[in-house]
Amino acid sequence: MDRPLQRPLISVEGLARRFGDSNQPAVFENIWFGIDRGEFVCLIGHSGCGKTTILNVLAGLDQPSDGAVIVDNREIDGPSLDRAVIFQGHALLPWLSVMGNIAFAVSSRWPSWDRSKVADHARKFIELVGLKGAEAKKPSQLSGGMKQRVGIARALSIQPKMLLMDEPFSALDALTRGMLQDEVLRICADTNQTVFMITHDVDEAILLADKIVLMTNGPGAKIAEIVVNTMPRNERHRNDLHRHPQYYAIRNHLVEFLVNRSKAFDQEIADGSYDPRRLKLVKPGLAAVNPPAEVVPLRQTH
Amino acid sequence: METLKKSLGLRAALLSFLIFAAIVGLWQIAAQPPAASGPAVDPEYAKLVGAAAATGAKSAMPTPADIGATIWKHMLDPFYVKGTNDKGIGIQLAYSLGRVLLGFGLAALFAVPLGFLIGMSPLVYRALDPFIQILKPVSPLAWMPLALYTIKDSAISSIFVIFICSVWPMLINTAFGVASVRREWLNVARTLEVGPFRTAFKVILPAAAPTIMTGMRISIGIAWLVIVAAEMLVGGTGIGYFVWNEWNNLSIANIVTAILLIGVVGLLLDQGLARLTKLVTYPE
Repeated sequence: MDRPLQRPLISVEGLARRFGDSNQPAVFENIWFGIDRGEFVCLIGHSGCGKTTILNVLAGLDQPSDGAVIVDNREIDGPSLDRAVIFQGHALLPWLSVMGNIAFAVSSRWPSWDRSKVADHARKFIELVGLKGAEAKKPSQLSGGMKQRVGIARALSIQPKMLLMDEPFSALDALTRGMLQDEVLRICADTNQTVFMITHDVDEAILLADKIVLMTNGPGAKIAEIVVNTMPRNERHRNDLHRHPQYYAIRNHLVEFLVNRSKAFDQEIADGSYDPRRLKLVKPGLAAVNPPAEVVPLRQTH
Repeated sequence: METLKKSLGLRAALLSFLIFAAIVGLWQIAAQPPAASGPAVDPEYAKLVGAAAATGAKSAMPTPADIGATIWKHMLDPFYVKGTNDKGIGIQLAYSLGRVLLGFGLAALFAVPLGFLIGMSPLVYRALDPFIQILKPVSPLAWMPLALYTIKDSAISSIFVIFICSVWPMLINTAFGVASVRREWLNVARTLEVGPFRTAFKVILPAAAPTIMTGMRISIGIAWLVIVAAEMLVGGTGIGYFVWNEWNNLSIANIVTAILLIGVVGLLLDQGLARLTKLVTYPE
């Protein structure tokens, strides 16, 4: 892949993060990748490889030890309303109602709006996430899934250029998680939102992401490669994802990476072919439908 | 479960009543005048200490019935003024309450903003910590001579003493509450590009409010304890002065009345702040 002269919407360039003094090994280093406008990118890796730190750097909540993040051709130097964060623990303000939480975000985005305009705008997003009728409830009166919906509504309500999600569904039960995944898929399709999401759920990544960035284990974590999800968005449905001809090929590739390659990646690249600035874009899904001669076809017969 | 709770409450009330009845009964018996009349009293001495004590017919210790009568008398006319040393108990309580609220209010105006600063800045925290640690354990009454010397006004000095004793719990609790606001709530404000003042008022203040209010509750309790002693020292007006004055009059019934009223007012102050604390408390 040639790095285009025109940068993607978000360009992560040479990012590294060390904790403590500079002699300490970096949690991750030499991280390069880009996210195009309207793209849904998932970052997958084991705990401790620095996924959340990368997201926090993108959000402007953490400073990298090295490297930079360029958004819209400008280096970021702090948090911005253009990059909304959906926190892992929803992070709602417990003394405010659902409406209050979202109105707080809306009035931060548009300080000149009067109360009723803020409320109208907030109400639209409460409806969008299916919480109509719960406007006056406090977070403590909501279930985990509903809280996360409020978090999503709050992030969307400021109409950011991109959404950053830190394992937003990991604390939810499987059923709720599935429903919210569907909703995120629908909302992102409707609004053509650019999304960067951290997950360690392989199926979630395949369902939601257009590209899946694979991160090796820390310390010194790096990005191994980028998997292109060749299943078109309109063919990804949670209920019959597993019937899609490409599904198992992509899934197996990701699982294989997480189980084996993520810890042995340094041996894998001992031949020197690895260039962190020119990552391999792999398309395991296509191999399943157009197998090269030497690959055993992998087909599902459901 | 509900009936058990109810019956527990009922039984507790019954037990409280029994304890009360036992105390009053024992007291009544103990304070009875001795059966035999005492030895003859020198008439000079009788003049000096008052007729009741002189005849030996009645001890200075009042019976519960006397106390009841005294309370009733005070309740009937709490706000009379018959001279500088003879004012109704309601007026004396109002003086004390006024001083406490004024000193406490000034302390809140000082301690909450400063506590905010200490809680938000580790530098300020470290710089001020030695002062707080040394001054906090000092009895507020130890400040009284210094206050009297510098302020040269006994009424303001007692307000200053209330101020100094109310400051510490509010200062420490505010600093603690502000410092322990959850990181993620602050991150929400940061990602929304909320300015420092709006963050302070819309995020940190409501988040720390229950802790701050708890500090206020401790402060007002201490202030109410201290005002009695302070007024005994400076004299003039107030419930503390009233107690001391009645001690000089050897009117134990009035002293007991004052003790009970001090307790009731203290309870009301505490409950009032407990209500306010409940208003700002949020379940997580």
